[in-house]
Amino acid sequence: MSGAIVALSGWLETLAGDAEPWASYARYLPRIVDGLWLTLELIVVSGLIGLALAVPIALARVARAPALWMPAYGYIFFFRGTPLLVQIFLVYYGLSQFETLRAAGWLWDEVLSKPYWCAIIAFSLNTAAYTAELLRGAMLAVPRGEIEAAQSLGLTRADQLRRVILPRAFGIILPAYGNEVILMLKGSALASTITLLDLMGATRSVIARTYMSMEFFLLAGVLYLLIAALFIGLFRILERILNAHRHAPRRAAAPRP
Amino acid sequence: MDLHGFGHLLLAGTWVTLQLAFASLLCGLVLGLVGAAAALSPFAPLRWLALGYNTLMRGIPELLLVLVIYFGATHVIEWMTGDYIDVDPFTAGVAALSIAFGAYATEVFRSAMQEIPAGQREAALAIGLGRGDTFFRILLPQVWRIALPGLGNLFLVLLKDTALVSVIGLDDLMRQAYVAAGFTKLPFTFYLAAAGIYLALTIVSMQTIQRLERWANRGYRGARA
Repeated sequence: MSGAIVALSGWLETLAGDAEPWASYARYLPRIVDGLWLTLELIVVSGLIGLALAVPIALARVARAPALWMPAYGYIFFFRGTPLLVQIFLVYYGLSQFETLRAAGWLWDEVLSKPYWCAIIAFSLNTAAYTAELLRGAMLAVPRGEIEAAQSLGLTRADQLRRVILPRAFGIILPAYGNEVILMLKGSALASTITLLDLMGATRSVIARTYMSMEFFLLAGVLYLLIAALFIGLFRILERILNAHRHAPRRAAAPRP
Repeated sequence: MDLHGFGHLLLAGTWVTLQLAFASLLCGLVLGLVGAAAALSPFAPLRWLALGYNTLMRGIPELLLVLVIYFGATHVIEWMTGDYIDVDPFTAGVAALSIAFGAYATEVFRSAMQEIPAGQREAALAIGLGRGDTFFRILLPQVWRIALPGLGNLFLVLLKDTALVSVIGLDDLMRQAYVAAGFTKLPFTFYLAAAGIYLALTIVSMQTIQRLERWANRGYRGARA
């Protein structure tokens, strides 16, 4: 894959000749593509972890026991009320303040001192808070009748959640979750502030070499727009599949004579 | 929490953050109103322009916008006028944040304007008000009421986005926390303190927005549009 990109980059460079900015675009193509992959990786990995974390947080948030909903409320409030940049710095720079963590061996050497994992941790915790809030709203919006139907079928509380409430809630939040993923894409550019060479970081490193700031910022902007378009398209398809009941053929609903 | 004598630095940073947020809010509201007017204009190219502005700003990271304006504006000004003018971080920050705010505010204002019954405008025209008077005296006061919840959310986003301007060296709350963390080698303490201040600002903003909403709805008890 990367061999092909390097070859493509060399071929494009001969094609572009002296015509700037195309020659520089071609020369730095491998770096930009690497950055693009890292950006996508950050979004997909932290998106999935965030989604997995969001479910228990949302369940705790709608619980009646104060010991459950109050911590969940505090968590959501903290992560939605402070800038993502503060959260990233808290994880990446902040944790080094604690002697015990630095002495934790593998956990420190391989995870908490690496910018990649710090970015993943911060993004996951952040998106989990926003997604949990979306899920909470959706769980309360599941029609009462569907829960009553599940109860009258004798489903246990856990089965109601697993088979009725959560699947419905995921369908309800889908459009809003698409927005959240786009916001996460834009937030992922902050990974460049902790030395990661994501799309934004790669762009800045190329600009530091070429001094062609406008040209490469423009390229990065176009690429971010393309990724956003890709995700929007993906969520359209996902919504067709998950909310199939909304797209059922009209004819089926016509009244019989 | 012991701040080792850096507390006043954080407060000074908070003041810069607030100035940045409110300057961007004002410019962003103007941009949003202009954008909404363009989006609802009968002249198609204006509508395309508004749509393009909106789509572009939704897909581009705010950090990229901040950097483009800070590093790019000097080039653009030099290219257009031939003068070398240094753009300071505050101006660049206000420009970037208000452009981002304006794009989302365009949508909020557009849907609010569309929600006002056509009869209101017709009534205003019928009693002989001009286009300007109709807009400023009849439509805009009602638009505020409908747009307020959306704008409130956008302001909370804007408040947090101000932290991005620290990347280009503006001495806002985030940057002061960074400086203090570097000096004292207590990063967790200072970023947590900064987070606490941002949370406090968020709480105050939320309550102010709620009060504004109650005030804007004072004539509509129980009949929220």
